[in-house]
Amino acid sequence: MNKIYFDNAATTRIREEVLREMVTNLADVYGNPSSVYKTGREARALLDKARVQVANILRADASEIFFTGSGTEADNWAIRGIAKSYKDKGNHIITSNIEHHAVLHTCEYLEKNGYEVTYLPVNSDGIVEIEDLKKAIRPETILITIMFANNEIGTIQPITEIGKVAKENGIIFHTDAVQAVGADEIDVNAMNIDLLALSAHKLHGPKGVGALYVRKGVKLEPFIHGGKQEAGKRAGTENVAGIAALGHAVELLQNEMQEKNEKVLNLRNMIIDELLEKIPYSRLNGSREHRLPGNINISFEFIEGESMLLLLDMKGIAASSGSACTSGSLDPSHVLLALGLSHEIAHGSLRISIGMYNTEEEAKILITELEAIVKRLREMSPLWNDFINKQ
Amino acid sequence: MVAMSTKKKRVIVGMSGGVDSSVCAHILKEQGYDVVGVTMKIWQNDDMANDGGCCGLSAVNDARRVADSLSIPFYVLDFREEFKKTVIDYFIREYFKGRTPNPCIACNRHVKWEAFLEKSLGLEADFIATGHYAKIERLENGRFAIKGSFENKKDQSYALYNLTQFQLEKTLMPLGNYSKEEIRDIAKSIGLDVANKPDSQEICFIPDNDYGNFLKNNSDYEALTGDFVDINGNKIGTHNGIIYYTVGQRKGLGAFGKPMFVKNINPTKNEVMLGSDSDVFENSLICDDINMMAIGEIVGEIDVLAKTRYSQKLAKAKIKKDGERIICNFLEPQRAITPGQSAVFYDEIGNILCGGTIT
Repeated sequence: MNKIYFDNAATTRIREEVLREMVTNLADVYGNPSSVYKTGREARALLDKARVQVANILRADASEIFFTGSGTEADNWAIRGIAKSYKDKGNHIITSNIEHHAVLHTCEYLEKNGYEVTYLPVNSDGIVEIEDLKKAIRPETILITIMFANNEIGTIQPITEIGKVAKENGIIFHTDAVQAVGADEIDVNAMNIDLLALSAHKLHGPKGVGALYVRKGVKLEPFIHGGKQEAGKRAGTENVAGIAALGHAVELLQNEMQEKNEKVLNLRNMIIDELLEKIPYSRLNGSREHRLPGNINISFEFIEGESMLLLLDMKGIAASSGSACTSGSLDPSHVLLALGLSHEIAHGSLRISIGMYNTEEEAKILITELEAIVKRLREMSPLWNDFINKQ
Repeated sequence: MVAMSTKKKRVIVGMSGGVDSSVCAHILKEQGYDVVGVTMKIWQNDDMANDGGCCGLSAVNDARRVADSLSIPFYVLDFREEFKKTVIDYFIREYFKGRTPNPCIACNRHVKWEAFLEKSLGLEADFIATGHYAKIERLENGRFAIKGSFENKKDQSYALYNLTQFQLEKTLMPLGNYSKEEIRDIAKSIGLDVANKPDSQEICFIPDNDYGNFLKNNSDYEALTGDFVDINGNKIGTHNGIIYYTVGQRKGLGAFGKPMFVKNINPTKNEVMLGSDSDVFENSLICDDINMMAIGEIVGEIDVLAKTRYSQKLAKAKIKKDGERIICNFLEPQRAITPGQSAVFYDEIGNILCGGTIT
């Protein structure tokens, strides 16, 4: 049985060396970072080191990095925190309609609590138009939260332009960069990003660790009350080994980012080209140009993504029909619908997300299996048979 | 590598998290099949998901745990649309036509043996399997038939009369050879923690059992008050809307000075006819939308054992064809023969010969 993993946008395999160090830290550096004695100081040193490592990949300052329990938590904190801290200035938030649910559902929650939210549409390539953003700005706009790169279709938003607009209008800019860190160059100063969320398990670190970058000078309400951890804003004894592992994973990734992205991009292009060529009535969803190197989101007309996924699973190949967080619900993806796709086509979509451990051989197996699966499912599909009979 | 000449047959088992379907998956695995567990997602909203009995969210969690303990792959597949269209909408429509539907029969026919079977075949399954207490047998005439068990209190053959020959050929029902007690014992012996779960309730999408309220809240139809009439057509009272009544019903009719029962419902006139207990007995019925099972056709008149409701005892009868319909004459009058319910006809050893919907 194959064991091929093509769902790196859902989560990634932890790096061997990161895991080993994490286990050692868990065992040996058990002190509480808030304690004054040696093992406490050792734990504190791990946190300090990780803070620098994470800051480096964002070109930020270590004092601007706050560790959280996940990317979703970082998004929640950023959006709810800014909404509260800047309530006196206004109650309007701008986001896009292709955000991750960590952002969308937080915005919906705020809407129920007296805030107004504008959900910007995207064009058929899955990109927010800057003109739409400019038009949405009001005097009472306090926050723009637009993702760096989309988790389903991998499209990269014009972050530099958005940051510029935000700065010109004196509006705080948060970006969910969970998919982007390590896959694209990020410079929070050059891009005028005020807050940024990231997650360890998307970049070959452990699950249960995230971070929020908060620009110096931006007011942000504490998220969890308690002790003095994370400058008193996110209390609770730190996940020391996990945070150290995040820092370690980020540093390793930063050193080899270009090489990794090139490899991943080559595999991606090979898979896209072959699938589109071999399987008729298929289409790539979202811009190919402004896209994460590892993301493929492809629709096959006349079939359901669900059956495709299950058959792939039975062949030992892991992929996804949307984001892992929504695939339990089986509703058509809000992202694909936002591109203007019909329900039927959105249902027949597959996300293949490539990571640094994938090989060309695996890509070839995927292509062969997928071609056979689509053929089989189409043969059983009444829609396909109707279509063929009309030709 | 060794050639896979003896590739295991794949069976997709519909799992509800309950004892029956869990043990069903276990038995098939023991028999050497490549077993895959699936829970059908049919709930339409969160209320239903939480207390929807056999098919709610807790059912998914139970089924997943069972599948894990059996080391079989497990998936949740979406059948919400099919369930809405072919079961819930039908259920509502029938009540407003003055009939009493059987949603389990509709679900078996359209959701389990059309949508679920079709999807399973797409997933390279050789068979689907369910935890029904019924047997599928291949008869001497080459046809497949469900064989009910006259002794087994859990016999579920009645709700399965609609299956086609193709569907029967593609279905395994391993529990037909066991009693409920034996199944519970097997569950215990393999450590399934579902062993003491209660049986699922009557209608999964109406957890509180308040049909009237469900129909009112889930349709655009309006329940109009109308006349209660006696068997001669004279008005004797006012009813709350035909959807609140079923043939044979005694409770909730009001006071008439003597026990009264619903004899029939006339949706065109919006009338509910009441009569005495003896008035609700009938000697015959006609059914349509026929499915032929153990026999391909009815030649002349044949002796059968008939069942006109899930809970009803078998009654001796003779059936004959009348165009596309079946006319059934009972040897003794039967109580509360209800339009919308199904009439299922068995031979003397329990094979389902055929069945249809009572008109």
